[in-house]
Amino acid sequence: MTNEIVQQKITELSPTIAFEEGSQWLTLQVESANWHMLATQLRQQEDLCFDYLFCLTCIDWKSHLTMVYHLDSTNYRHNIVVKVKLDKTNPAIETVSDIWKTANFHEREVYEMFGVNFLHHPDLRLLILPDGWEGKKPMLKDFEDPINMIKL
Amino acid sequence: MVEEISSTPAGDIIINVGPQHPATHGVLHLVITINGETIQKVEPHLGFIHRSIEKMCESLSYRQFIYVTSRMDYLSSHINNHACALCVEKGMQVEIPSRAQVIRILMDELTRIASHELWWGAMAMDLGAFTPFFHAFREREAINDIMEETCGARLTMNYMVPGGVMQDIHPNFQRRVKDFIALYKSKINEYSEMVTGNIIFQNRMKGVGFLSAADAISFGCTGPTARGSGVSCDIRKLYPYEIYEQLEFDEILETGGDSFSRYMVRVREMNQSVRIIEQLIDNIPEGDFQAKTKAVLKLPKGEFYQRVETARGELGVYIVSEGGATPYRIKFRSPGFSNLSALDHMARGSKLGDLVAMMGTLDLVIPDIDR
Repeated sequence: MTNEIVQQKITELSPTIAFEEGSQWLTLQVESANWHMLATQLRQQEDLCFDYLFCLTCIDWKSHLTMVYHLDSTNYRHNIVVKVKLDKTNPAIETVSDIWKTANFHEREVYEMFGVNFLHHPDLRLLILPDGWEGKKPMLKDFEDPINMIKL
Repeated sequence: MVEEISSTPAGDIIINVGPQHPATHGVLHLVITINGETIQKVEPHLGFIHRSIEKMCESLSYRQFIYVTSRMDYLSSHINNHACALCVEKGMQVEIPSRAQVIRILMDELTRIASHELWWGAMAMDLGAFTPFFHAFREREAINDIMEETCGARLTMNYMVPGGVMQDIHPNFQRRVKDFIALYKSKINEYSEMVTGNIIFQNRMKGVGFLSAADAISFGCTGPTARGSGVSCDIRKLYPYEIYEQLEFDEILETGGDSFSRYMVRVREMNQSVRIIEQLIDNIPEGDFQAKTKAVLKLPKGEFYQRVETARGELGVYIVSEGGATPYRIKFRSPGFSNLSALDHMARGSKLGDLVAMMGTLDLVIPDIDR
């Protein structure tokens, strides 16, 4: 399916979604409150069938955080990118690990590295960082570690 | 294997495998809950070799960061470098000379064979057969020698640069590769005689660690792990890069979904890599091996994503650029991380002794998982 048809179908699902121009793939901007419902629809709707979440990450834009979800359909081979803007103070978003199981680990990584709180996540614990890690989240831009970080 | 045993009220026992355990092939820590001999839950603890490569890359230039990625999946370092180079080239919109493209694919496929060789030897060793390891290393050494001659390194090659490859191939390269293919073809039958056809080996692999196609997709499994469940996911076929679309090779699919299927995918995939190399080795076009690029690379503001097929599955490189000489954010979507997440699902309900057979066919490389 071409991007235009996918865009049309997603607009039918939720008319308020904003699309971003000029990227490799069709990019959607979604409000965090609407994300879980839209994700369920993207996964379950027969003619969209985004069943493969191949990348889940977060970007720290200093003023806010952006969650980025890369989706692929193994049936139709169309891709989209979903971006969800989050507040810097107390970032929280609904988990999608009930829709795509791979999100479980990826969300745990984002949780410990960026401090995003995934609501209703089944097992939100530290994955990579040592137990009892305190202090700033390492992947945030204002993280400082004078001993281990080498600035070039 | 048992380092620390504690009992829980339900009669379950929690045991630790790793972080220092030969079957985990690196510093992976699994906390396993068992009842009798049946696995209830497998909980991976990661981070023992976490170097925060993504954070490190934010302070390195677009030429420098590629070298760090050799240290992620050190068994397919060419392919990691390739993914990064492609992503930077996508941002700069550079045309790569056809000679460089062919050399890159040759290197990728040689790496894939070397990686699968090591996996094959280690897999057999995990199940108690020690000899295959030496047989696998005999062929792998031949590849490492070829790499050493051309790239100057045996493991972390750092050979791909934005715009092409670092230097031209060694004059002996073509002859050595042909010698290797002759060696490989004379020895590959030993593999099936020694391991694949062995009834003890088959009994330990068949029906172990079942993963359905739907689960493989949902867990984000890629590479031979997913293809063993019949999921078509070869990026070389689906989203071809370089000149893969002009080459003849098959995507190997097995539908069993168990450890033996995943094993067969890798063994058969080596033959396909040889097929690709045979098509290219006599047809390396003349010309430049590197496109002309500026000394300081700058990517335009935007986001670039490149997917490639490593020996373990799909590697994604996601670069967010603000227009500067260093990336604003880099994410490596590593294949091992997602493949490992399926281990808990696969292992539940099986016997503890089968865990090694499952982990072996996931082909875990811990620095790739931790990054």
